[in-house]
Amino acid sequence: MIDRQPIDTYARQISDEKQTSVITGSTASTDKRFNALFTDYADPDSLRKLAAKIKDHTLHHLDTYLEQAEASLQRNGVTVHFADSGDDARETVLNILRGHEVTQLTKSKSMASEEIHLNPYLIENGIEVLESDLGEFIIQLDGDEPSHIVRPIIHKNRREIARTFQREGIAEDYNDDPGTITRRARVHLREKYMLAQAVITGGNFISAESGRLVLVTNEGNTRFGMAPSKVHIALVGIEKLVPTDRDLGVFLNLLGRSATGQQLTVYTEFISGPKDDSQPSGPEHMHVVFMNHGRTDVLDSNCREILRCIRCSACQNVCPVYRQASGHAYRSPYGGPIGAVLSPLLFGDRFPELADLPKASSLCGACNEVCPVDIPIPDLLLRLRDKAKRAHIPQPGDLPMTPFATLATSPSLWRTAMTMSKAMNHLPIQVAPVRPLQDWLGQRTLPDWHGGDFRKWLKARKEK
Amino acid sequence: MVSTPRPVGRKVLFMATCLCDAFYDDAARASVELLEHLGVEVVFPDDQTCCGQPAFNSGDWPSSRKVAKHAAKVFAGDLPVIVPSGSCAAMHFHGHRLQFEECPDAEVESLAHRTWEIIDFIVNGLGIKTWDGEFENPTRLAFHRSCHTRGTDTGEAVTTLLSSIRRAEVVPFGQTDQCCGFGGTFSVTFPHISGRMGSLKLDHIMESRPDLLVSADMSCLMHLTGLARVQGRPIPHLHVVQVLRDTLMTARK
Repeated sequence: MIDRQPIDTYARQISDEKQTSVITGSTASTDKRFNALFTDYADPDSLRKLAAKIKDHTLHHLDTYLEQAEASLQRNGVTVHFADSGDDARETVLNILRGHEVTQLTKSKSMASEEIHLNPYLIENGIEVLESDLGEFIIQLDGDEPSHIVRPIIHKNRREIARTFQREGIAEDYNDDPGTITRRARVHLREKYMLAQAVITGGNFISAESGRLVLVTNEGNTRFGMAPSKVHIALVGIEKLVPTDRDLGVFLNLLGRSATGQQLTVYTEFISGPKDDSQPSGPEHMHVVFMNHGRTDVLDSNCREILRCIRCSACQNVCPVYRQASGHAYRSPYGGPIGAVLSPLLFGDRFPELADLPKASSLCGACNEVCPVDIPIPDLLLRLRDKAKRAHIPQPGDLPMTPFATLATSPSLWRTAMTMSKAMNHLPIQVAPVRPLQDWLGQRTLPDWHGGDFRKWLKARKEK
Repeated sequence: MVSTPRPVGRKVLFMATCLCDAFYDDAARASVELLEHLGVEVVFPDDQTCCGQPAFNSGDWPSSRKVAKHAAKVFAGDLPVIVPSGSCAAMHFHGHRLQFEECPDAEVESLAHRTWEIIDFIVNGLGIKTWDGEFENPTRLAFHRSCHTRGTDTGEAVTTLLSSIRRAEVVPFGQTDQCCGFGGTFSVTFPHISGRMGSLKLDHIMESRPDLLVSADMSCLMHLTGLARVQGRPIPHLHVVQVLRDTLMTARK
């Protein structure tokens, strides 16, 4: 018995409500993003090729730039930590918090923290964690998982959120007006901000030259988090470096447009260290935790281009498979094409278990077309399929290809098969016990078999 | 995607593709007739089989490399190789190079640099920019841009030629760049998602009320029309080469 592909099975059973939310949300942002890029730039393609070059250069000299970034950050008064594994990163963060006697913190959206399941770990260790990004806050209330890189609750509609707010006592009554929902969240969150002793953020970029940490948000939640907190911890993947401040111009212009169709996100913060004497408020202590978590393995692999990723989710939004299956189908914080490549690589020890993800693509190439750093995602998906095959990881629904190769390299056998298979036209193939055929014929018809007819026509013409 | 200037000439090797060999003989026939009409001598190497995509996309690269090597031998030489499929053409000039990146092969590399999708060849190789064809009645054409022609000149080439046919109107439809859901083996290993993708594509196409669905890939048409028939909304469909040949015949009547 052949099992079905897990992502196809998942897509089959998601609710119509969830599916509508995902399709509507991802389609709308794709159109907006396209317009933002093509209205503002005559040749956005050259811009993304430049971005790819900058990232490749940085990754090629990552050791040098990491050293430079460490020195720059230290010069700015930042304590720098390096964490090799997910465990190391979690422990490092916890130790920093304990060192500053922090028991309560706010956290802005960070994919790096999702990768290592930081929240449950901190909570288990007695720290109160509050997600301050509205989407992540709702995920936290629901005990759900984010399903999208930029819009974690893309799979939910406002009615579900209104019910959550009522259930959790954030609101006294049910009201699904988006403005009201946002206002209620704001009132609730602002009180909490003032109680937080620390703030954890991710990092969109760090300039090795200046040690500036760049954070982009649309809600201003990192600024709010920063204001009352005494300690700021930024958990940053080591691939997030850019060589100079100047490079940020390229990436910030691409990131906003590719992620949400905005020229620039509402808030772009450049953080150059802890608060100094001239500043009335802000964290007195700043820590940057550079996290490896599988990235150097990816750098050594034949899929290293994926480390160019700036987490804009353009590939996810445009992907027709993701739109049908939702981000949760990808069984990791990263959904869509980026997840299909990144997850099996980052979570290397789980490769056999995640090796089906790269199969979840018709290889249509839309992901590469919209990628602001020109990652050849379809090529990477194919290389990972080859890797899984070489590692003899069985794939659900895989068709054996050896007979095909034999047929396709034996011309006379091929020609005979073409003509002989004409019998198919007279057989009741709709009841043939062949799973792939059944899966095809369940929804589609097959055209009539005309095997060999073209060759016959050619030959007859020649003989005339 | 197409990395170097490819050879152009009045003598070419024709690759019919396995789908035309098995199902769509008339699309292959129209290709030959068109090329000959344009003064091109067409050679059909009889030992040709398939581009190897089923094995390649499944991740069985040892198998697909064998098929690629076979194709490289069958189409050896320095003549242009013309393919009536954006997908199989892309396999030659992109897929083959990817699967041989760790073990480069001169014959495979040569094939990559000589392969043309047929409409790209006609427009950008032979320099034919308008088509002297006509429909008897005003005809709305929905042109499905097959995914494997992304980043190539095929899409624009097809639109140029189709738009110049008398009484033809190429009608726009929603989400043009979305995939039809076929993807070869993808359609059998992900039957649900593939079917949903195809139905969505059909919805958009049907909204434009086309008289004819046209593509440069029979594989997409096979998938879309197979779905359409089961869903009780069959749609007339032709490969671009068939449209070009048929409208030419009409014009010469």
